[in-house]
Amino acid sequence: MIRRLIAACLILLTCALAAQAQERTIQDVLQEHRAEIEKSSRKTIGPAIDAIANSGLSAAQTVLETWQNKGMWQRKADGLFFYAAPGAGGTYTLFDFDSGAEVGAVDKGDLDQLKPNSGIRAMIGAALVQFQLNDPNPARRRDALLAIQRDGEESHLAPLRASIEGETDPAIKALKETTERLLTIRFDPDEASRVAAIEGFRGALSLDARAALNPLVTTKIVYAEGLPDGANIKRALKPGKDIPVSDAFALMVAAGAATPPPSVAERKAALEAHIVDGKVGGRPVADLNTQESRDSAYAALAEAGQAPAYDVNFSEETVVKGAPFAEVYDEPSKAVTDAAEATLGSINRAVGFNQFLDLSLDGLSLASIYFLAAIGLAITFGVMGVINMAHGEFIMMGAYTGYVVQQIVPDYTVSIILAIPLAFAVTFAAGVAMERLIIRWLYNRPLETLLATFGVSIALQQLAKNIFGTQARPLTSPGWLDGALTFNDVVSISYIRIAIFVLALIFLGVFLFIMKKTRLGLETRAVTQNPRMAASMGINPDKVNMLTFGLGSGIAGIAGVAIGLYAKVTSELGSDYIVQSFMTVVVGGVGNIWGTLLGAGLIGFLQKGIEWFNPSNTLAAQTYMIIFIIIFIQFRPKGIIALKGRAAGD
Amino acid sequence: MDMFKKNPSLPVFVAVLVIFTLAVTFMSEAYGAGGISTSFVKTLGKTLCLALVAIAMDLVWGYTGILSLGHFAFFGLGGYMIGMWLMYARTKLIVLDSFANAPLPPTASEISDAIGTQIFGVVGSSDFPLVWYFAHSFWAQIALVVLVPGILALVFGWLAFRSRVTGVYLSILTQAMTLALSLYLFQNDSGLRGNNGLSGLQNLPGADGVSQDYISIWFFWASALALLLTYLVAAFIVSGKFGSVIRGIRDDEARVRFLGYSVEGFKLFVFTLTAVIAAIGGALYYPQAGIINPAEIAPIASIYLAVWVAIGGRGRIYGAVIGAAFVSLVSTYFTGGQAPDVNLGFYTIKWVDWWLVLLGLSFVLVTLFAPKGIGGLFDLISGRMSPNRHGVPLGPDKGSLREEEAEK
Repeated sequence: MIRRLIAACLILLTCALAAQAQERTIQDVLQEHRAEIEKSSRKTIGPAIDAIANSGLSAAQTVLETWQNKGMWQRKADGLFFYAAPGAGGTYTLFDFDSGAEVGAVDKGDLDQLKPNSGIRAMIGAALVQFQLNDPNPARRRDALLAIQRDGEESHLAPLRASIEGETDPAIKALKETTERLLTIRFDPDEASRVAAIEGFRGALSLDARAALNPLVTTKIVYAEGLPDGANIKRALKPGKDIPVSDAFALMVAAGAATPPPSVAERKAALEAHIVDGKVGGRPVADLNTQESRDSAYAALAEAGQAPAYDVNFSEETVVKGAPFAEVYDEPSKAVTDAAEATLGSINRAVGFNQFLDLSLDGLSLASIYFLAAIGLAITFGVMGVINMAHGEFIMMGAYTGYVVQQIVPDYTVSIILAIPLAFAVTFAAGVAMERLIIRWLYNRPLETLLATFGVSIALQQLAKNIFGTQARPLTSPGWLDGALTFNDVVSISYIRIAIFVLALIFLGVFLFIMKKTRLGLETRAVTQNPRMAASMGINPDKVNMLTFGLGSGIAGIAGVAIGLYAKVTSELGSDYIVQSFMTVVVGGVGNIWGTLLGAGLIGFLQKGIEWFNPSNTLAAQTYMIIFIIIFIQFRPKGIIALKGRAAGD
Repeated sequence: MDMFKKNPSLPVFVAVLVIFTLAVTFMSEAYGAGGISTSFVKTLGKTLCLALVAIAMDLVWGYTGILSLGHFAFFGLGGYMIGMWLMYARTKLIVLDSFANAPLPPTASEISDAIGTQIFGVVGSSDFPLVWYFAHSFWAQIALVVLVPGILALVFGWLAFRSRVTGVYLSILTQAMTLALSLYLFQNDSGLRGNNGLSGLQNLPGADGVSQDYISIWFFWASALALLLTYLVAAFIVSGKFGSVIRGIRDDEARVRFLGYSVEGFKLFVFTLTAVIAAIGGALYYPQAGIINPAEIAPIASIYLAVWVAIGGRGRIYGAVIGAAFVSLVSTYFTGGQAPDVNLGFYTIKWVDWWLVLLGLSFVLVTLFAPKGIGGLFDLISGRMSPNRHGVPLGPDKGSLREEEAEK
């Protein structure tokens, strides 16, 4: 409170001074401190900078900035200061600081350039902060605040506090208050105001708050015997339980409270140093191939006084037992650490909740990718009962189609809009061709279909390698998909993932529409349930199968464009997704789009959830997820949504 | 003697294998004229191991109708088990050698630490993980070659068969198991050196003085012997009543179950037995290959295994052997860069690039037009005929033989 009052008084004082010094010019101020400015020493320059900064003159900021940028010159003749611009023929044009008026061109020889060293420039910079904080341009105020947040100094605190009062922009005022708290925590010597500042961060999510609070609660583990009374102890530690015995012993040794016995390596070195005629300590060297025999030989050496004594029964455990150890805060004030711990606790809860939200978003986006990759399979495998091992290669073909389109159409937005229908067309054609040439002959022979389509798959993959090479090809997303939708410092999701999610929703809608509302959907469902009866009704099962297969393949192609946008396009792109896609369909239940959706959701969220437990290891996450699925299939062999009745087939 | 009556090809196969082994021996650099290079002897030895695992695949797919896409995982596991001993024993010899000039003889823990540092240095560790507990013992690791894949197959098979997972679902599930295993082994903290795998397996511990010329031919003999024994076991299994039951399961599982047979038990036995056979094949293969890493276990390897059996002709043991040997040798020929490029004027076909395309397409053609595979050629000699079932397969099950594959 007192500090606030002082600050307020200071402001009043400056205003009063400004009012009083109506007639004073900045040149007067400079001349008053001419000696210090000319001397240009870090030790003595302080009053001069303060005088300029506090002069209340509008030119003060210009002077400081010019000075800092080495743009201030002194005329030798009368010692006046100007800013100068190089003119013709080695002369400089001088300008007056107060009026900005041109004074005249002067030969360089008649001028002295003021060259403040880096220390002085930093001091000027600190003095400039108050001007920046009160700058009429909000963007500059914000920049100044962010710069202070990045690397603040103690000297920023006073001008910052002074500037809060007069701030009109609410957002910047909040930013100023946050910044003030950050600086208070770091630099204010007063305990109460630090505690107040710390508690002001309760529940905050920003990284800055955490970065400011975490250094307050850093601890180190010490041997607590002879610890000063004022030490801020977090907790007492029991060796063997809270800290490993060997660490505790090392601490005691470092504190001089224990003497380490000769280590295994030292004893070995001592033995090696005293080998005489193939014997050491009276024992033949060849016998020393166990630790026990080495110990007894060393005991003999020690007895003879040739090596430091070593007690075979020595154990670190007995030494450290009962000795006091403690975890001590680096920060001496208990009130501050308590407040910081409590506030960090609330921050961590808030962060944990938000991380959960973020993880859910990640899971959702992964689920939509799996859904997109699997929806084509859900049609071919789920509806037609055909295993298409080349499905992954159709995804790859879609992605490469997108890449080729981008090579021809340079505008990324247009090329993506073109690529999606083209990818559908290409893979639709490929799917129809494959159905006509291969799969048609192998209906009801799913295992043979599996192997034949695998043949197609390796051929297509190698073909892609031959055409596009083995290196990854970029499929660049349009600029408006760059960046991320950020809710706060923890929760954010990139626009590409949102786009994929939307695409997945669109395809869910399209699929449902085709299946439930169109003639093709009706015929497909009829053929699925009973091909012979459907044929008797005048439906051509051959045509329906062909179109259904083409549709499934076409969607795979579009999925390829979507996947290619955020993953690199390689010939192995498809095979990376094929097993997961099959899993999605199998887990979800065959022949039902909602099942596929649930399966994709389950797998996506599960994978993200397992990754959360072990974030460094995505391989482990995939392994455990597959094991989970294998176990899941045990309990629901027909998937989450199992078809019942006649449609189930068996 | 039922076995010989039901398998007229058996004496022929044994004779061919013996003659082939003798021929390779007398043309090897170790014991003969040196017409066959040591590396090619290794290739042939490895091919015999692949033929062995193909027999396992034929038993489980061609005879029992389970399209397992996981047998190469068992093959790899066998290789890992023997590889652990090979690596440990050889590193131990090197470590002991380095201690020979030390002033004090090393203690047991010093030796073990040094071996650990040597083996696990690449993954930034020096401690032995639990899975290496038996690595010091040859016989224990040999037992593990059989036990680890056997128990894995038993547990997986039991879980899968008891919940009546069949057909395509089972294939996908076995493929998932393979993927999970290979992803697990890719991790550095799996204890098996992550994607570095186990290496230096071609150096037998204690055989430093023996050149690879001899070691390769020894492994060739071992592989030939293992293949012979596997062939006999497979022929024995499929010739008796047991063989009839598993063929029944392949063609019409429900009917066999209604006849009172424990279908799950039969399937589980075949699945586990073939896993063990595959593991033995792997234990012989990888010392000849010299290195094993998790990429070997990737699901695609197991699909290739099915491809070999299909190209050779499933449901006949010699078909599997021929398919595996033919495809893998031809693959080696084309991908090894020995095949001459074909110049079409506007484009030069490099077989290294185009072989997989050719393989994939020819595989499609075989599936569509020659379900018997290469084995069909032998039917021309032996006069084996297909039944006339008007295009209907032998049974309603997904794995049942097609009309043209079956024997009249």
